[in-house]
Amino acid sequence: MRLAVIGAGAVGRSVVELAGEYGHEVVAVADSSSAVVADGTGGTGGPGSDGRAGVDPDAVAARKAERGIVGDDDPADALAADYDVLVEATPTTLGDAEPGFSHVTTALERDRHAVLANKGPVAERFGDLRAAVDDSDGEIRFEATVGGAIPAVSTVEDIEPGHVTAVRGVLNGTANFILTRMAAEGLDYDHVLAEAQDLGVAEADPSFDVDGTDAALKCVILANVLSFGAVDDPTDAREFTLEDADVSGIRDVPGSALRLAAEDGRTVRLIGEATGEAVRVAPRLVPENGTLAVSGTQNIVQIETSHAGRLNISGRGAGGPETASAVLGDVGRLE
Amino acid sequence: MSDRRDGAPEAALDAEDAAAPVDGEGGDAPSPDGGHAAATPSTHTVRLELVDEPGQLLAALHPIADNGGNLLSIYHERGNKTPRGRIPVEVDFEATPERFEEIVDALRSEGVNVMQAGTERYAEEVTLLLFGHLIDTDLSDTLSRIEACESASVADVSLAAPQGTEEASSARLRLEARAGETEAALSAVRELATEKELRVVEPLTGVDA
Repeated sequence: MRLAVIGAGAVGRSVVELAGEYGHEVVAVADSSSAVVADGTGGTGGPGSDGRAGVDPDAVAARKAERGIVGDDDPADALAADYDVLVEATPTTLGDAEPGFSHVTTALERDRHAVLANKGPVAERFGDLRAAVDDSDGEIRFEATVGGAIPAVSTVEDIEPGHVTAVRGVLNGTANFILTRMAAEGLDYDHVLAEAQDLGVAEADPSFDVDGTDAALKCVILANVLSFGAVDDPTDAREFTLEDADVSGIRDVPGSALRLAAEDGRTVRLIGEATGEAVRVAPRLVPENGTLAVSGTQNIVQIETSHAGRLNISGRGAGGPETASAVLGDVGRLE
Repeated sequence: MSDRRDGAPEAALDAEDAAAPVDGEGGDAPSPDGGHAAATPSTHTVRLELVDEPGQLLAALHPIADNGGNLLSIYHERGNKTPRGRIPVEVDFEATPERFEEIVDALRSEGVNVMQAGTERYAEEVTLLLFGHLIDTDLSDTLSRIEACESASVADVSLAAPQGTEEASSARLRLEARAGETEAALSAVRELATEKELRVVEPLTGVDA
């Protein structure tokens, strides 16, 4: 498959770097201000050092690192490039989910596929996206938006959403790292947050993670998969957005609460729950050695099924190569 | 006395076992001899919770006798108290499976709290955390208001107030909820917490993760 990768953060760069290993070719890369489009004739992207006609991943990485741009073309050129699959890996935005949403619909209007690592469009405008897909020969996939490397969406699809009663889990590694460290070291939130920021586990502004927004978006996406997947006519499905989620974060959880939990063989985890009817994210008491009490930045997705009991999948919920592997898995499913 | 008590869960299991084949036949076809299968009485054990007042025991036994239960034994644990401060009573009686259901319903409609019937336990335990200004918002009032809610009683409280009474503190509460009323109990706690600007960390109920 020929890929146009929009977004050159950790995920986008990893997709560019790993695409060849999965048998795909990157024909265009764009970040917010620049792009490189392989014209197959040795233009800016040129034939790569490996002799392929696509964009040279090393050259893209070098330009991004040295000059802060991916190439000398315009981002619009990447959107107009001759690709089979558009990979939308720009940062998640809420509300109208732009510019990610338009990137995806542009691809669909050209009857191309889109694979999203950006949660915004699938969490905030799922109905609009479904409508765009219905008018197109292209499809969308978005495994990378939920649980990084964990195949959550495709597992739910394999079981069939109508036979999945609920999906829950630990879906934010930063919040989980903080809760794990607070319980293990008996430290308060502020201490552990500073440590997490030093380690690069938490961002300078950790709100998105510690207030539960990120986990909520993932659960909203799962709720949309369950809701739309369980009906024949999409107009019967309930659409979820972040506004429909009942969210509370971990910012004010005191160390003493974790100690009291530990005395009783329990611990606290930021648990997200999604059904076709509701989305809820909150710190919850779970057994200390239970399945859901994953430690550090690990994530876990627990799928409750009508006929097959419960499935647990744990693994790395974030990271460039991890998330890129989910993106490239989706690309493979579109072949 | 204590021997009798230890034997109880087993007796309850036996009773359930004995009832099972009868249920099976009843659901299928008439038994070979043509009689109706559900008529065989078997032994059942129920655990009740009574207020420590005169006449309560008798009042609890009436629904059993009146609905065709044949009383076998009564174990009145006067020395023990349930988390709700009531007296646990264990009653063995013979009844057909059909009558047994009617008896449990009758006990309930008389306002008797049935904690366990056969192997089924009707009291649910739920542990949760509360944090915030627990002391400033009058912890004993918080607890007595949870206690006052029909669905649950507070079985156990642990408090941690590491920064003294003015800073945020945490409490771990173990609640004993009536059968099927855990959700009602949790929502009562949730409401109270919202009113007092406390935070609740609820357990994942129904998930033995």
